[in-house]
Amino acid sequence: MTRKRRRLYIVVAVLLVFGSATGLVLIALDDSLDLFQSPSQLIASPPPPERGIRLGGLVEEGTVLRATDGLSVSFRITDGAQSVPVNYQGILPDLFREGQGVITLGKMSPEGTFVAREVLAKHDENYLPREVVDALKESGQWREGMGGTE
Amino acid sequence: MIVELGHFALILALVAAVLQGSLPMIGAARGNHAWMELARPAALTQLLLVVFAFSALTHAYVTSDFSVANVVENSHSAKPLLYKITGVWGNHEGSMLLWILILAAFGSAVAVFGGNLPPSLRARVLGVQAWIGIGFILFTLFTSNPFLRVFPAPLDGQDLNPLLQDPGLAFHPPMLYAGYVGFSIAFSFAIAALIEGKVDAAWARWVRPWTLLAWSFLTGGIALGSWWAYYELGWGGWWFWDPVENVSFMPWLLGTALLHSAIVVEKRNALKVWTILLAILTFSLSLIGTFVVRSGVLTSVHAFATDPERGFFILILLAVTIGGSLILFAIRAPALKAGGLFAPISREGAMVINNLFLAAACATVFLGTLYPLILEMLTDGRQKVSVGPPFFNATFVPLMVPLVFLMAVGPMLPWKRGDLAGALGRLKLAALAAVTAAGLAYYLQSGGPVLAVGAIGVAAWLFVGALVEWTDRVKLFRVPLADSWHRARNLPRAAHGMTLAHSGLAIVMAGMIGSSVWKTEVVTNLMPGETIEVAGYSLLFDGVSSQAGPNYQADRARFTVTREGEEIAVLFPEKRIYQVRSMPTTEAAIRTTLLADLYAVIGDSDGQGGWTVRVYHEPLVPWIWLGCFVMVAGGLTSLSDRRLRVGAPRRRRKDQAASRPAAA
Repeated sequence: MTRKRRRLYIVVAVLLVFGSATGLVLIALDDSLDLFQSPSQLIASPPPPERGIRLGGLVEEGTVLRATDGLSVSFRITDGAQSVPVNYQGILPDLFREGQGVITLGKMSPEGTFVAREVLAKHDENYLPREVVDALKESGQWREGMGGTE
Repeated sequence: MIVELGHFALILALVAAVLQGSLPMIGAARGNHAWMELARPAALTQLLLVVFAFSALTHAYVTSDFSVANVVENSHSAKPLLYKITGVWGNHEGSMLLWILILAAFGSAVAVFGGNLPPSLRARVLGVQAWIGIGFILFTLFTSNPFLRVFPAPLDGQDLNPLLQDPGLAFHPPMLYAGYVGFSIAFSFAIAALIEGKVDAAWARWVRPWTLLAWSFLTGGIALGSWWAYYELGWGGWWFWDPVENVSFMPWLLGTALLHSAIVVEKRNALKVWTILLAILTFSLSLIGTFVVRSGVLTSVHAFATDPERGFFILILLAVTIGGSLILFAIRAPALKAGGLFAPISREGAMVINNLFLAAACATVFLGTLYPLILEMLTDGRQKVSVGPPFFNATFVPLMVPLVFLMAVGPMLPWKRGDLAGALGRLKLAALAAVTAAGLAYYLQSGGPVLAVGAIGVAAWLFVGALVEWTDRVKLFRVPLADSWHRARNLPRAAHGMTLAHSGLAIVMAGMIGSSVWKTEVVTNLMPGETIEVAGYSLLFDGVSSQAGPNYQADRARFTVTREGEEIAVLFPEKRIYQVRSMPTTEAAIRTTLLADLYAVIGDSDGQGGWTVRVYHEPLVPWIWLGCFVMVAGGLTSLSDRRLRVGAPRRRRKDQAASRPAAA
């Protein structure tokens, strides 16, 4: 075993392991990313139905409806300019309230309703997700003192 | 007054750090012994001063001194004492002070226990350690000072975020920090070695205990954090691939690699340059872990505060530390002498493979965590994406499975040149265990994904493989038990440590697979008196009552759990409102057996007497924390190995003969 031989083996091993890691990353990046969209963006250019979307904005006041089974909830998410209807089944996070900034993960149904599999509200009442802040700024609805991070 | 003294002590600590970082370094360069020796008293002085500063802040918290801005923002007079104390580090400023405290403590530990280090190396290690301290103290004093007063002082504080008012989280940050900061010692040793231009087996022997200690803390810290997320967030999950989790996991992955490559340096004097690089990168990731999350660049629960001044300071600090050390590495590393040769199939070869997989896995986690940031910068903020668990499941998991598979083989290979067939032959029992466990999992869970069944097999393979390696060494059942006992006692502690750590990982893995693949979840709306069935248990919902806590109001539900008609437990999940921040939290009720958890959470009332209820049955989930505990125990056992004890006398001949197969 010479130094050169050993170096060759190591280089081959590095290429193999890192090559497969790169391959895995490229495949995964292609189909497991959730794209952040504001309601305006979502309405302007509807994404393909299989695309994972993070829809963020404020829960529109007066739109939260709970079904009689106690589980299904529907509400609208707004960025001030546009709003999108959302359906969700399950327990809402503790800080889910009307007027509150939320992010929902899910897919757009062909009927134009967003079907959420997860609803996230952050762990602090003053907190607005950064994406939501940006979306509000874009639609001109941002006011100082709404909280959140910049 | 005490607060001002604390502030002043922190400034004096900065002075001590500057002394510690300058004179001994110059002394080491010029061979001036007296100047080199200054490092030790300076390190101890710095520690004393930081302890004083930290105690002053703690005093302000305990006595609820609301003239201090930091206390106002994060404490409240009605808070239980435990959370008044833990509130000290439950915020950005205080956590920075804790970081400095741990850093100074590690530095002093080197000063105290490093008696047999060559004086110039010790002076340089302490010097580098002081440089890190200077950076952090400056950062704290200028951008995150916890000692600032407010005037007029408010009557009461704003309370600590209720999610942080929890025993699991109270001790998670100190553990995690001890892990992060512990790697600073490996880093300082690496930089000092680069300055000295010399890395040898002795160097590796000095670095290993510190790396082991840091690794054990970090493992414990991550496990505590995950445990907290599991029972406090109410989602029944224990790992979310959230940026905060990822940044603590990356130094763990590289730290694990470092732990193994340092063994090769120690035993075979090979992989030196790589080990130095790993030490630098591991600590760099720890720094990124502290800062990137804290600075709010990546948003998460832990992003306490954001302000541009801090961000700028952080960037400079990161650039100087990481950039500077990598430049030093590029200049000095080629001068290090290459070490011993080895065949690809050998213990060294196995360690190289281990390092490759860990580094590649770390790289995928790094990419997944920072990709949203990179993409946003490249597209000027137009493209916002998030990288969720599917990405990590598709990249990280496939890289881990072969690694775990090889983990059983590696320790069977001797140094320099190994015999793969022989090693595999010794693993027959492990193969049998793998097939049996996979079959059992398939049978018990009536199917389930083939991959998961296979992964259970791999976990069993590793577990039995690790045990077989140990039993072979002590010749269990092949020689009289007393003989085996004698052999076990003479085995180096590091060998026991490895067996524990490897089998611990197998336990963790089984827990992860079991709880994610065979989890059952029932979400429903219940009226009092109704019953739900989950995985063979029935839960009778008795209703909800109001309870008052010290600083919260709770709706407490009562469930009577029965199995086959027999009452086995009563669960009390709660929904709390913390008055000061008017913030609701969910308190899960968990009934655990060692084999599975029953996990109940209540949601909102529907206004007509019904409540949303979520119940999980998670098989094997306690094994995750049990396994982590075994891993930490392995780390600490290994740490107690006398050969690693800095300053320990050389081993006696007799011991060396008894432990002929080199320890890992």
